[in-house]
Amino acid sequence: MNNQTMVYNKFGARLGSILQKNVPFLILILLVILFTFIAPNFMSVGNLRTLIRQISFAGISAVGLMFVMISGGIDLSIGSQIVFGNVLLAIMMVDWKLPPAIAIPLILLVGTGLGAVNGILCIKLNIHPLIITLGTSAIFKGMGYIINQSRNIMGFPDSFRWFGQGYVWGIPVPVIVMVIVALIGAFILTKTYFGRQIFALGGNEEAARLAGVNIKRMKVLLFMICGFVSSITTVLLLSRVFAGQTITGQGLEFDCLTAALLGGVSFKGGEGNVFGLMVGMLIIGVLNNAMQLATFPDFSQTVVKGSVLLIAVAFDVYQKNRKAKETVTKVAA
Amino acid sequence: MDDKVVLSLENITKRYPGVLALNNVSISFQAGEVHALLGENGAGKSTLIKAVAGAIDIDSGIIKINGHEYSKMTPSLSRSLGVEVIYQEFNLVPTLSCAENIYLCERSEKSVLFSAKEIEKKAVKVLDQFGVKIDPRTMVQDLSIAEQQIIEIAKAVSKNVKILIMDEPSAPLSVSEVELMFKIINQLKQKGVTIIYISHRLEEVFRISDRVSVMRDGRYVTTKNTKETNRQELITLMVGRELKESYPQRKKSPGEVALEVKNLTGNGDRNISFSVRKGEILGISGLVGAGRTELAQLLFGAAPMESGEILVNGKPVKIHSPLDAIQHKIGLLTEDRKGQGLFLEMAVKWNISFPIVRRISNYGVVNTKKEDAIAQKYKERINIKTPNLLQQVINLSGGNQQKVVLAKSLAAESDILIFDEPTRGIDVGAKQDIYHLMTELAENGIAILMISSDMEELLGMSDRIIVLCEGALAGEVQKENFNQHYILDLASGIH
Ligand SMILES: Nc1ncnc2c1ncn2[C@@H]1O[C@H](COP(=O)(O)OP(=O)(O)OP(=O)(O)O)[C@@H](O)[C@H]1O
Ligand SMILES: [Mg+2]
Repeated sequence: MNNQTMVYNKFGARLGSILQKNVPFLILILLVILFTFIAPNFMSVGNLRTLIRQISFAGISAVGLMFVMISGGIDLSIGSQIVFGNVLLAIMMVDWKLPPAIAIPLILLVGTGLGAVNGILCIKLNIHPLIITLGTSAIFKGMGYIINQSRNIMGFPDSFRWFGQGYVWGIPVPVIVMVIVALIGAFILTKTYFGRQIFALGGNEEAARLAGVNIKRMKVLLFMICGFVSSITTVLLLSRVFAGQTITGQGLEFDCLTAALLGGVSFKGGEGNVFGLMVGMLIIGVLNNAMQLATFPDFSQTVVKGSVLLIAVAFDVYQKNRKAKETVTKVAA
Repeated sequence: MDDKVVLSLENITKRYPGVLALNNVSISFQAGEVHALLGENGAGKSTLIKAVAGAIDIDSGIIKINGHEYSKMTPSLSRSLGVEVIYQEFNLVPTLSCAENIYLCERSEKSVLFSAKEIEKKAVKVLDQFGVKIDPRTMVQDLSIAEQQIIEIAKAVSKNVKILIMDEPSAPLSVSEVELMFKIINQLKQKGVTIIYISHRLEEVFRISDRVSVMRDGRYVTTKNTKETNRQELITLMVGRELKESYPQRKKSPGEVALEVKNLTGNGDRNISFSVRKGEILGISGLVGAGRTELAQLLFGAAPMESGEILVNGKPVKIHSPLDAIQHKIGLLTEDRKGQGLFLEMAVKWNISFPIVRRISNYGVVNTKKEDAIAQKYKERINIKTPNLLQQVINLSGGNQQKVVLAKSLAAESDILIFDEPTRGIDVGAKQDIYHLMTELAENGIAILMISSDMEELLGMSDRIIVLCEGALAGEVQKENFNQHYILDLASGIH
């Protein structure tokens, strides 16, 4: 090899590609600057703390969702898993009088089990997870309504308050949990062979199978991880709201999915990283928060969020196409 | 042949990050000629034709077609000028039928509605020219690699083509299909079609080309009349130095039986029995569709077996999944690198280390030092051309992707290695490296099964050859009886 592989350091080209890779991050910074000017109390410590706590719940679940998405799957039932888990946890503590130390591990197990149901259905029925989890989403939510019996379940032990409402060194507990979950997620994805296998599964399932990856077991395992992580969210949300209602958690997957797509997790699998995901989550948090500060009516907030999701998807597709166009025929090697 | 230039490329340059893929290349092509394009893996051949097809944007240079100058080419423009390209890797829609693929995006002359009947009828006619029996209603994903390639060729030929570019069209084909393809090329040539033919099989270049151009490291080297050059000269031009072609001799003779197969049935194969010894290279020959790849899949547990027995080191083993096979130290290099072999979006080194990533991990954490060392070793051993090991595999040239597949199967350190078309699309120089590596493996007691459609390579490397025909064992030939015609006859079911 001689001058063919000569590296050329065109500064401009480099900068361009760095910016390109960090588009979501730039958007985030622009939004922050924008809102600092528009809404005077946006930049206050109190507001920022609220903002981050607001996203921490979806942020935790999003890490689980990302595992599934990188492997080429999707989980639309996250919100409903939380609805069901939330009511069940409330019933355990109030009706059955179980102490949190027993109820919480139990609910983590149940959540993992819900994930396993998704995973097993996917591999047994051999249907795309999109459809499976759309179905189980309705089922889980319905089950939540059934066991809730239209009550507003209250009367938890005071010790349970800390998880959703407590602080450590002035930082809300859910935020700390989110950071820990994100760090563990990043570690698994980038440093372990298990993480490698997740990317491989999403990148080329057949090649992964031929390389000896037990792909069925992997798929179930990933849904279980997603369910487990979401049941952490369940616990924190119930502690935060401090009342067992079927409304808690509904539609949470929407924010998770938007954040993932904004942050560069590919819908087709094989790509994604925790940093991008968190940036995506922050963008959503900033938007939500700003709309609340500006006292947008609820429905206009929904319109904005829907638009952001579509923009995120469009961005994902655009990047794919651009890559594909660079060599229509990478196909052609 | 008249000397009318139909396509000329002038000073074409194309850069990729870290690579100057085309460096001021100028070549011209005449009407009605078969013009071969040669060069090592990564020389820039595919990039050049992608420029002509408008599949990539060039940085500078001019493409002249029929006297008109274009500085920017697009796929639809080049199409409308009569340029058709058969890419090195498939461009078919796997979930559509053969007929639909052949007439993709083409409107019917008779009706505004799409008529499956009509295109099926047309497709039958086109496919008949090739003398192959493929039902035009079959979905492309159900075809073998070679059959897919035939569909690719049919697709290009069915158009009103003036310049036909073929990027390694023969790589997935075996001798008899190649003959058919040559026949079609000759017919097109009679009609005045210009054919640009890329191949790493030099004997083909001498068979069909009128002129031959050589590229090296992104640059144009020279153009020769095929009649006035010879194999050695072309190799020297491609590689840039003298290179001796030979099949390395082995000193040790094979040891005990490593793998024995008794009455293996399944995946379209019937009742196959054979054995391979440690340190032996067993060649597997057969026509396309004879069930060679299917046999490899069976042995590797990638497809379920119906009956029969597999013995590893004399002990019967159950192989139900690739994982089982790997645990018995069986390795497979798949022929379909894009579909089954590679993680195209992942880094080169991740691909190479993937089969052993678990083994080089401590408590689940990948030891990246070991990983780098292994990847680096194979990069040097078989000369994978890439700016760095973190490059995504999709950015490598076709031949270099093949080298990654090879490195991946070698890194797994199996005792029994099944190579399905290991040197497909690999240049002459790298082939020598691979032959030496295979020889070394055999000397170290590895049992090798080699499926190859390259007859010379099969005869040169194997200790013994088994021949398959229509899913059954047609015969076994010992080294002293090696004879190309005899093997071909066996493969065609004549004996
Ligand atoms: N999309 C891309 N991004 C980066 N580098 C690329 C890209 N496409 C090609 N290259 C590089 O350009 C060079 C020329 O590649 P090209 O595919 O034209 O080689 P080739 O002559 O067709 O080789 P082969 O015989 O292996 O098919 C190679 O070094 C390759 O790594
Ligand atoms: Mg090529």
